[in-house]
Amino acid sequence: MSDATTADTATVTLANGLTCDIPASSPLAKLLKSQRTWVGPSAKERLGILRRAKSVAIVGASPNPARSSYFVGTYLQQSSSYRVYFVNPNATEILGQPAYPDLASLPEVPDIVDVFRKASDIPAVIDDALAVGAPVVWVQLGIWNEEAARYGESKGLTVVMDRCIKVEHARFHGGLHLMGFDTGVISAKKQVR
Amino acid sequence: MADRDYGFRTRAVHAGNVPDSATGARALPIYQSSAFVFDSTEDAAARFALQKYGNIYSRLANPTVASFEERVASLEGGLGAVATSSGLSAQFVTFASLAGAGDHIVASSNLYGGSVTQLDVTLRRFGVETTFVASDDPADYAAAIIPGRTKLVFAETIANPSGDIADIAGLADVAHAASIPLVIDSTIATPYLCRPIEWGADIVVHSATKFLGGHGTTLGGVVVESGRFDWSNHNFPLFEETVAHYGGLTWYGNFGEYAFLTRLRAEQLRDIGPALAPHSAFLLAQGVETLPYRMQAHVDNARRVAEWLEADPRIETVNWAGLPSHRHHERAQQYLPIGPSSVFGFVVTGGRAVGQGLIENVNLASHLANIGDAKTLIIHPASTTHAQLTEQQLVDGGVHPGLVRLSVGIEDADDIIYDLDQALDAALKGA
Repeated sequence: MSDATTADTATVTLANGLTCDIPASSPLAKLLKSQRTWVGPSAKERLGILRRAKSVAIVGASPNPARSSYFVGTYLQQSSSYRVYFVNPNATEILGQPAYPDLASLPEVPDIVDVFRKASDIPAVIDDALAVGAPVVWVQLGIWNEEAARYGESKGLTVVMDRCIKVEHARFHGGLHLMGFDTGVISAKKQVR
Repeated sequence: MADRDYGFRTRAVHAGNVPDSATGARALPIYQSSAFVFDSTEDAAARFALQKYGNIYSRLANPTVASFEERVASLEGGLGAVATSSGLSAQFVTFASLAGAGDHIVASSNLYGGSVTQLDVTLRRFGVETTFVASDDPADYAAAIIPGRTKLVFAETIANPSGDIADIAGLADVAHAASIPLVIDSTIATPYLCRPIEWGADIVVHSATKFLGGHGTTLGGVVVESGRFDWSNHNFPLFEETVAHYGGLTWYGNFGEYAFLTRLRAEQLRDIGPALAPHSAFLLAQGVETLPYRMQAHVDNARRVAEWLEADPRIETVNWAGLPSHRHHERAQQYLPIGPSSVFGFVVTGGRAVGQGLIENVNLASHLANIGDAKTLIIHPASTTHAQLTEQQLVDGGVHPGLVRLSVGIEDADDIIYDLDQALDAALKGA
């Protein structure tokens, strides 16, 4: 049987976070060869991060129901077993829970610090996470600061960047699948719960 | 989860079908349920507001349909997919999501007839104008684009019965230069033979009724999106405007790269309603499991039949781009290196009467109006869909009186050739 791939291929990262080999001459190969040089944790590593965590603090959480952070908060509260904390010095209550002014005020050290702040604020959030001893900083979809990511890693943090924690959790726990998205999950084991 | 990028054949069998968490069922369960219970009022509110994932009602999403959607998305290399009740409805929801009254579409003139009437009659009546480009040169598509008004470029990977191949990369460049998406109907190619997203297409639509399902049993359609198009480029303001009926979210602001498919499901499926039935999704998903093997067999048989027809003096021309004589042979080798599928036209010498005689005398090929079945299918436009026209009217309309369309099946190639051979003999005797 002939094969769909040709000799001259390039390995690219697709929108679902997985990699595949495609013809090097194709426009997609050129398009995906972006300027970015920092590479975050693989799909399997992201699943590991999400499975080890018991608590998530959302820094930059908003009480406005139209904001993405509100969607993520709702999802994590209702569709995960995480203890979820909201950090916003300008809010008192978000989604029925107290809003904390900073990471240091939380009742526990969060396993993941999920960040909804502009790219230039990321280094400061990384310092805050280091100060309380949180192991993972997860920078949300659409936010990119390569220097900050390298800085965090140099201090021993695990950094995920430009990914939505809701989408990634849903990728491995069935939610993304229900909406027809490619999760990249191929498994003969039952869905993780 | 294994740290491995699985191959096409593995994904055709497994993608979208992780064993059911409740029962462990290994085959895809058919969730024959119109609606799904909520855990609480809080849960219901969050699902309706799109703040969390969850089933509500099968017009919007259904777990069986989701498996089929994820499988096709995986094989096409897309971000995700939305399935519909037919190929035409897959196109309609796509067009309806991107174009409204006053907007414009640039499409190939070499489209399936139902696609032409959808654009030329129904969408035109709704105020969406389409310019049909009768050329295979991307520059002619570029010339037809009206800046600010044109919302998409539309073409088929493989047209029929002409067998023409779209220059997908060239069309993608043209569309992207105008900041609009390229939409490709890849029904005849299937992702086994060509993955348009790898060549720059942004949206791929299929009639799953054809090769994806593969057995001529089930109607269905599917829209796959790459997740790469920038829906915040201001050419599509609906992605950036506040959506009052979903609590003030903005599609792009809240969903980013997921915006197009989320909106297609939450708005177009909600408002237009062409949901794929769960049982149909089961049959189509099962069909996709054998897609690589069937498509290889279809292409191998098409090659045998096309070469035999071309060498036969009773045949004038054969429109299969796998033949060096086809004007898009080189293009086919670029975009469809395994082969340009198995649907093509050929012209018998002797015109309408011989064409009609061929159809009446085939014994293995089925005379019907469909393509992409495991069975070989045949139709003669001049004696069926265009029977009311005179021979001169046929020629004027671009339909050769002797044109026969074949969808080569996966029977023994020798038997398909035997059948056509004896039918041609009988047709010529009778003519």
